[in-house]
Amino acid sequence: MNRWTLFIPFVVFVLLGLLLWRGLYLNPTYVPSALLDKPFPAFNLPTLKTGENKTEMTLQTGKVHLVNVWGTWCISCRVEHPFLVELAGKGVAIIGINYKDENSAALKWLDDLGDPYLFSVDDEEGTLSMDLGVTGAPETFIVDAQGIVRYKHQGPITKANWPELKAVIDGLESASGEG
Amino acid sequence: MNKWFSSILFVLVASLSLQSHGIVNGHEYQFEEQGKAEIFRELANELRCPKCQNQNLADSNAMIADDLRRELYQQVQEGKGSQEIVDFMVNRYGEFVLYRPKVNAMTYVLWYGPAALCVIAAFVFAMVMRQRKRKVADDSVSNQVTRELDSKVESEDEGFSETEKARLQSLLSEDTDSKEGK
Repeated sequence: MNRWTLFIPFVVFVLLGLLLWRGLYLNPTYVPSALLDKPFPAFNLPTLKTGENKTEMTLQTGKVHLVNVWGTWCISCRVEHPFLVELAGKGVAIIGINYKDENSAALKWLDDLGDPYLFSVDDEEGTLSMDLGVTGAPETFIVDAQGIVRYKHQGPITKANWPELKAVIDGLESASGEG
Repeated sequence: MNKWFSSILFVLVASLSLQSHGIVNGHEYQFEEQGKAEIFRELANELRCPKCQNQNLADSNAMIADDLRRELYQQVQEGKGSQEIVDFMVNRYGEFVLYRPKVNAMTYVLWYGPAALCVIAAFVFAMVMRQRKRKVADDSVSNQVTRELDSKVESEDEGFSETEKARLQSLLSEDTDSKEGK
């Protein structure tokens, strides 16, 4: 028997160790979106402010959009909100989905804290959010110029994690610019 | 004793009669059909709450789990099959929600890994055993002696000469020594 075969168990041990070591640093709460690279789900919902119905077609206008799921009951959304207002000020197109919320509370929130959204649709039943696979607010999707979901971010957008999203948006914009 | 037995029987029967409505996480979901209640209970137990680390829909208090239970109830009431409902969930929340993952290229290791490891282990075990057996056979001098003896018996009937007996003795004692040495 070749004496080198004696090292096989050791090699297996090292490989297994590396695998488990890597597992320690994975984020178990991260659930990849099932919608990635698929069209934004169809919807037909009234907006908060005007009550005018909007559909998924509003996302297919040749521009990259952020779609932000929010609710007044959601504390992280409040943390995130000022940064969204700042982003909107810089010209980022954000569409809101008001997730299982009271209309009056939502309108008051937008009045008091500023409205970063082009419009917010009222998803009172949570049907659109369910179609989006939302597990909790806030969640933000990046939807490309053709209305295809390209990225999902769970939790609030902050100055710290914005560069990640920004890179995706820039990539999509330059791609659609070339196309 | 008989009383005791009948009370257990009563509890069993009582719990069986609950089967026509699924009671899940304190909520009662009414079904007219036994079959639907079973589908509901099975799926509520087998689908994982997307917000939770290790809780199924039946077990979780998360808002999303509550919503999904309602959705599940509705779809079961509409008479949708389990596969259809599972597809609905997977299309939205991904394979994460499946406690029994689908068999595909990504999950082959998960499904067949343990069996493959068992086969490999059995193979290695067989190899080691065979090698050990061969080694023992090679090492033992007694084999040689037996062979010599056999040929002797076959070739001549008159037995061993004095010198052969002495040699046999020495070979046998050598064999015992080496065995004891191990």
